Amino acid sequence: MRIAVCIKRVPDSETRVKIAADGKSLDEAGVKFVMNPYDEFAVEEGLRRGEVTILSLGPAAAQETIRTALAMGADRGVLLQAEKIPADPFEAAKVIAAELKSTSWDLILFGRMAIDDYNHQVGPLVAELLGLPCVTAVSHLEIEGSKGVAEREIEGGIEVVEFPLPAVLTADKGLNEPRYPALKGIMAAKKKPLEVKPVQVGGGSFDVVALTPPPERKEGRIVGEGVGAVPELIRVLREEAKVL
Amino acid sequence: MNKVLAVLEQRDGTLRKVSFEVVTAARRLSSAVDAVVCGSTGPEGCATAIAERAKSGGGGYGALVFAATATGKDLAPRVAAKLGVGVAADVTDLAVEGDTIVATRPVYAGKAMQKIRVLGTPAVVSVRPNVFTADAQASQVKPETLSVPSPGRVVVREIKPAPAGMLDVAEAQIIISGGRGLKDPANFKVLEELAKAFGERAAVGASRAVVDAGWRTHADQVGQTGKTVSPSLYIAVGISGAIQHLAGMRTSKVIVAINKDKDAPIFKVADYGIVGDLFEIVPKLTEEIRKLHG
Repeated sequence: MRIAVCIKRVPDSETRVKIAADGKSLDEAGVKFVMNPYDEFAVEEGLRRGEVTILSLGPAAAQETIRTALAMGADRGVLLQAEKIPADPFEAAKVIAAELKSTSWDLILFGRMAIDDYNHQVGPLVAELLGLPCVTAVSHLEIEGSKGVAEREIEGGIEVVEFPLPAVLTADKGLNEPRYPALKGIMAAKKKPLEVKPVQVGGGSFDVVALTPPPERKEGRIVGEGVGAVPELIRVLREEAKVL
Repeated sequence: MNKVLAVLEQRDGTLRKVSFEVVTAARRLSSAVDAVVCGSTGPEGCATAIAERAKSGGGGYGALVFAATATGKDLAPRVAAKLGVGVAADVTDLAVEGDTIVATRPVYAGKAMQKIRVLGTPAVVSVRPNVFTADAQASQVKPETLSVPSPGRVVVREIKPAPAGMLDVAEAQIIISGGRGLKDPANFKVLEELAKAFGERAAVGASRAVVDAGWRTHADQVGQTGKTVSPSLYIAVGISGAIQHLAGMRTSKVIVAINKDKDAPIFKVADYGIVGDLFEIVPKLTEEIRKLHG
């Protein structure tokens, strides 16, 4: 199977968020970047099923992220190089779809969402732009011939979905256990082809006005120690917080 | 603001609670709200029907509002792409300034809030469940059911329901979550008893550590690689409060932490905390809650 896996370089989830001087973006100084964790499930799934091309939209530094996927075992990489990923995910989707269009893929895989912008939509947007069927947040997958069956978690249950190939799928936790790149893979990755293509990304229709720290939770307090504190907890939940 | 189209969700023919929140959020944008619900489970057929409705709604819609649920997160981008725009996803606040929608949404695991002006026409927005408190008027909504001539290529074959009587953490108003401090999977019974004492509004959640250890299912996981929740009351029991857990629950209205380690980071976000042995504290709490509801 010919498989494209689209990955994103994102700040590590343990990053301390500092707002940049423009008041609208992340101050990237000192930030450690990693492959988006959901994309690791997508890469792993691709590796188990066929020949994998890694595609990423991002700055020059995203080559490192692609190399990580190559070290896991992917065959080749393409970086769609742009200085900035726009706030409007539709613009990112257009650039990615334009690149994917030139090849006929059996499967196009994404992570369910990126842990930086929480947009959870580039996969299905790309599917629409390419006219392909799409299943999002897949936690279990079976493929036989040109037909697939996927499971996805929904509120209060699991949805079992059938779809034809080729298709776009987005990976959720539970789909598989992503491998760690072995030393041999890391060495091999250095020789694998990685093409860099500069792209123009439109500004889109989202105008970021501000990036601010989350609203401060008012100072909490320890109501007491041990089982003796339970009546006081009940009292404050009823009288102050009014949630009981 | 022009008319707004509220896209509601139903299951087994009944509107889901989040649908009333969608209506409430839509009314923040405009007094003229049309509500629709899709008459099919096929996401492709639904997306086509909703997009057609959005285009044909006499005078046009200024915005479409979805719920950021598993279904809404799947459906909204499909519809948005057909309308040539992106989705302002998982928003926690909405306002209209001039004639432009301004949406606020948590990013970077809830460590920052991004405020965006949504300039596309129409604007497509999905709202985080449990954030927009449904008003009484919203519960009166009578949505139009959109007919779907063909479900499309992606077909829902079945929905395997979660074990009977278990409320999903994403929909619960009260969540009692457990972490490693529970020491053994069997000890989650202590939390289940407390949830039961609260009645049908409560669910039991779990930290990533105990899901990875196989003690609880992924469906129960609260946090970055699990579910994002905003209940009115979140009780974290034996959970230290790693950033990735906080990402999933920090927009809860009231947070209570029960932990034996007084320096656990969870106490930094908790409104109220008790330091001590959860195996003594939680059963006592259950007893007190039973008395209240008795």
